Amino acid sequence: MTTPTKTLEALATRDYKWGFVSDIEADTLPPGLNEDVIRLISAKKAEPEFMLDWRLRAYRHWSKLERQAGEPKWANVTYPPIDYQKIVYYSAPKRQGEGPASLDEIDPKLLETFEKLGIPLGEQKRLAGVAVDAVFDSVSVATTFKEKLAELGIIFCSFSEAVQNHPDLVQKYLGSVVPYTDNFYAALNSAVFSDGSFCYIPRGVRCPMELSTYFRINAAGSGQFERTLIVAEEGSYVSYLEGCTAPMRDENQLHAAVVELVAQEGAQIKYSTVQNWYAGDAEGRGGIFNFVTKRGKCAGRGARISWTQVETGSAITWKYPSVILQADDSIGEFYSVALTANRQQADTGTKMLHIGKNTRSTIISKGISAGRGNNTYRGLVRILPRAANARNYTQCDSLLLGDRCGAHTFPYIEVGNASSIAEHEASTSKISDEQLFYCKQRGLSGDNAVSMIINGFCKEVFKNLPMEFAVEATKLLGVSLEGSIG
Amino acid sequence: MTSIGAGTDRYLAEFESLERGADRAPAWLAALRREAMARFAERGFPTTRDEDWRYTNLGPLAATPFRAAGAVASLNLSSETVDRAAIGPSAWPRLVFVDGRYAPEHSSRQRLPGGACLSSLAEAMTTDPELVQRHLARHAHWDADVFAALSTAFVQDGAFLHIPAETAITAPIELLLLTTVPGALAQPRILVVAGPHSRFTVVERYVGLTDDTCFVNAVTEMVVGPGASVDHYVLQEQGASTFHMATIHAALERDSAFSTCEATFGARLARTTLTVRFGGEGGRGSLAGLYVTSGRQHVDHHVTVDHAVPRCSSRQLYKGVLDGSARAVFNGRVIVRPDAQKTDASQTNKHLLLSDGVEVDSKPQLEIFADDVKCTHGAAEGQLAPEAIFYLRSRGLDDTAARRLLTLGFVREVVDRITVEPIRSYLDRTLEARLGTERGSKEMP
Repeated sequence: MTTPTKTLEALATRDYKWGFVSDIEADTLPPGLNEDVIRLISAKKAEPEFMLDWRLRAYRHWSKLERQAGEPKWANVTYPPIDYQKIVYYSAPKRQGEGPASLDEIDPKLLETFEKLGIPLGEQKRLAGVAVDAVFDSVSVATTFKEKLAELGIIFCSFSEAVQNHPDLVQKYLGSVVPYTDNFYAALNSAVFSDGSFCYIPRGVRCPMELSTYFRINAAGSGQFERTLIVAEEGSYVSYLEGCTAPMRDENQLHAAVVELVAQEGAQIKYSTVQNWYAGDAEGRGGIFNFVTKRGKCAGRGARISWTQVETGSAITWKYPSVILQADDSIGEFYSVALTANRQQADTGTKMLHIGKNTRSTIISKGISAGRGNNTYRGLVRILPRAANARNYTQCDSLLLGDRCGAHTFPYIEVGNASSIAEHEASTSKISDEQLFYCKQRGLSGDNAVSMIINGFCKEVFKNLPMEFAVEATKLLGVSLEGSIG
Repeated sequence: MTSIGAGTDRYLAEFESLERGADRAPAWLAALRREAMARFAERGFPTTRDEDWRYTNLGPLAATPFRAAGAVASLNLSSETVDRAAIGPSAWPRLVFVDGRYAPEHSSRQRLPGGACLSSLAEAMTTDPELVQRHLARHAHWDADVFAALSTAFVQDGAFLHIPAETAITAPIELLLLTTVPGALAQPRILVVAGPHSRFTVVERYVGLTDDTCFVNAVTEMVVGPGASVDHYVLQEQGASTFHMATIHAALERDSAFSTCEATFGARLARTTLTVRFGGEGGRGSLAGLYVTSGRQHVDHHVTVDHAVPRCSSRQLYKGVLDGSARAVFNGRVIVRPDAQKTDASQTNKHLLLSDGVEVDSKPQLEIFADDVKCTHGAAEGQLAPEAIFYLRSRGLDDTAARRLLTLGFVREVVDRITVEPIRSYLDRTLEARLGTERGSKEMP
C-alpha cells in the first residue's frame, strides 16, 4: 500500500497557491545594512528621537554579536550563511498621496493582491467579526475597522502610526518583553523593523472582534522585519490572529519578526498564527527563513497569555513563543502544530518561565514530519525557587510520514522548589497500517483516512483556534499531505 | 579551541612523570595514552557553557589539586573492613581495588569455569594482549569525552573480565573499588568482554572510606557479544566530599541483552555518562537508576541510547529522591538512526522533591530519523500526593510513617527489577536507613 516514492511525489507537487508576485511600484532602499540605512528608515517614518536612538543601540549590539559569534548555531537546522549586506531592509509600495491613506487612495493592485489572498480590505466585504491590518513588505497598507474599535478606546493601527500618535505607549512598552539584547535576530529586528501592528486594549474592555494582521512579502531580495506589540490593560480581553504568505522564488528570504505581548492584571491575550510562508520546492530551493522572537509577559496577577500556532510554511522555522509568568496566579499556554514536508526544517517550541506563585502553564505540541522534513520541538520550563505551587504540563507528540524524515524532542525542565509539579510526556509514531485498514474498511479512501487521522492528531491544538482559522488550518494540512499515504 | 584547557596543567605534569617512569607499556598503549592526553589538554575541563555540562559546574573539581593515587600510600585495610564494604558473600569472585590500584591480597579469584578470565588489566596485557588491545579505549569516546580522555591518558591498571562463548557464570562477579587517601585521584578502568551466548552478572561497588576530598574517575567498557546476556550493577557510596565521575560504555552486538542498574547514594558530585550502542539487530537494553541525595549533593546522569540498527529495544527508568539542597540533573538521549526501523524505546525520569532547597534539571531528548518506530519519554517532578498521604493517615499511620512508606514505594519500582538477592537486601537496608528518618517531613497543606 504505502510507498515512500508516492509520498515524496505527492509532497513535491504540493500546491502553493499564494506563490504569485504582484507588479507594484515600490520605494526600495538598496541592499545593505549600516547606520545610514537605519537613519534613513527612521527618517522615512518621521520617527521621534527616542526611536532612532533605540534602533541605533540595537544596531550596535547586533554588529557586536555578528562580529563575535554570528547568528545562533544551537538550533537543529542547517542552512547556508546569510549575507546580511545583500538584504533589502526597506521596500514599500509607492504612496499615491500624502497623509493617512483611506481605502480609496490605496493602489488598486494592492487591494487586488489582498483580495486574491482572501483578505478583502473593504470593510463591507469582510466577515463582520475580524479587523485586519495588512502589511505589505515593509509597511502597513491598510487597517480596517479602526474607527469602530476606537469607540471602545481600543487602539489598533500600524506600528508607524502608533509611533506618531501614541509615542508614550510605544516608549513605555517597546522592548519591555523582548529587549534588543535578547538574541541575534531580535537585535536585527529592533534596528531595522519597518512596520507591524500595534494594539492597545484599555482597562476592562473586551475586544468585540478578532484583530488580525496579514503579512505579505512581495519584493525580491528583501527581508521582512515587522514588530507587533499588544498591550492588554487590567481585566481586558483580546484575540489576535496572524497570517502570512510570500511569492515562490528560488532565493531564500529572511523574515525576522518580534512580537511582544503585555497582559496586566486579569487580562487575557489569545494569539493565533497560521504561518504559511513559501516553503521552498521539493529540492529545498528557495523559501522563507522564518526566524522569529515572540514573547508575552503576564505582568499582573491572574493574567493569561495563550499562543496557538499552525506552522506549515517556511523553509526554516526558528520560533519559540514564550510566556514570562511574572505575576502570581498567571497562566501561560502554548498549542502548536508544526508540519515539515519536502526539505523543510522546523525548530520550534516554547519557554515557560515561572516566576510568580501558583503560576500554571500548558504546552501541547504536535509535530508532523514528511518527505525529508526535520521537525524539532525545543522547549524550556523553568520554575524558579520562589514560584511556589507552580504547575506545568507538557505533551509533545510527533508523527512521522515516510522513512526519510526526522522528529526530535529537546525539552529542558528546570524545577527549583519542592511544591511545584512539572510533567512532560512525549511520543513518536507513524500512522499504523491497522488504523488505515480500519478507516478503509469503513469506506474511506486512503487520502481521507490519512487526513482524518492527522486531524485527530492535531485536534487538541485546532480546537484552540478561532473558527475561521481552524477551517483554514485543516485545509492547509489537507493540501500539504494529500496522497502521502495509502 | 586549541588553547590549553583550564585546570589541565597539573595533569600534564603528572603525565610527563608517568612517561618518564619505568613503564612497561607496549607501544600501542603508549601512543594511545599520548593521544588521549593531548585531547584532554586541548579540551580542558568543560564549563557550564558546554551543553553537556550546562547544569553541572566543574569549577571546584578543576580548582582542586589532586595527586595520582600511586604517589601516596593507600591505607592498610583489614580483611574485615573489606568484607564489610563488599556486597556479596565471600563465595562471589571478587577483585578489590584500593584507590584505583589492584589489591591482590584482598581479592578472591577462585577458578571461573570454562576458561573465563578475571584478572587485573595489567596482567591481562601480558596474558591476553590481543583481546585487550582490540577493546581497550575502543568504545568509550575519549576523543569526545574529557573524563574518558583523562582516564585513557593514565590507563595502567584496572579490572579485566573475559567470559568466553557459551559460558554461564551463576555467582555475580564483584569489583570492589575503595577510596581511602584524601586528596588522591583514582582512575579505575574496567574492561568486560562477553563472548557469544555467555551469561553473567558483574557488580561495581564503590565505597569511600574517607570524607576528605577525593577524585575518582572511573571508566567501564563492556562488549556484549552476539546472543550474550550481561547484568551490570553500579552501587556507589563514596565519601561526602568525593568527586565521582563515571563513564560507562556498552557496545551491544546482535541479539544480546544488557541490563544496567545504578544506585547512587554518596559523593558531593556524582556524574555518570552512560552510553549504550546497538551494533547488531535484536539487541535489548534495560537501563535503570535510583538516587537518594541530601545536603548539597549533586547527581548528574547523562544517558545516551544509540539505536544504530533496526529491531532493538531499550527501556530507561531513572528515579531520584532529593532532600536538603540537593540537585539532580538528568539528560537522557535516545537516537534512532536512519533505517533503524522497528525500534522500541522508552524513557522515564521521575523526581520526588522533599525540600524547598532542591533543584532538578531534566532534559529527556528524542532524536528520530526512522518512521516505523515506537518511542516515548516521560519526565515528572513533584511531591507526594496529598491524597495518598491522607489515605494512609485515614488507615491509622502518622504523617511521618505515611511519607516514609510512600517514598519507599516511589523507589521500589527500581529495586523490584533487581534479581540478585544480596543486592536487593543491601538496597532495602540502605533505603530504610536513608529514608527512614524524618527527612523532609512537612505538615499537610
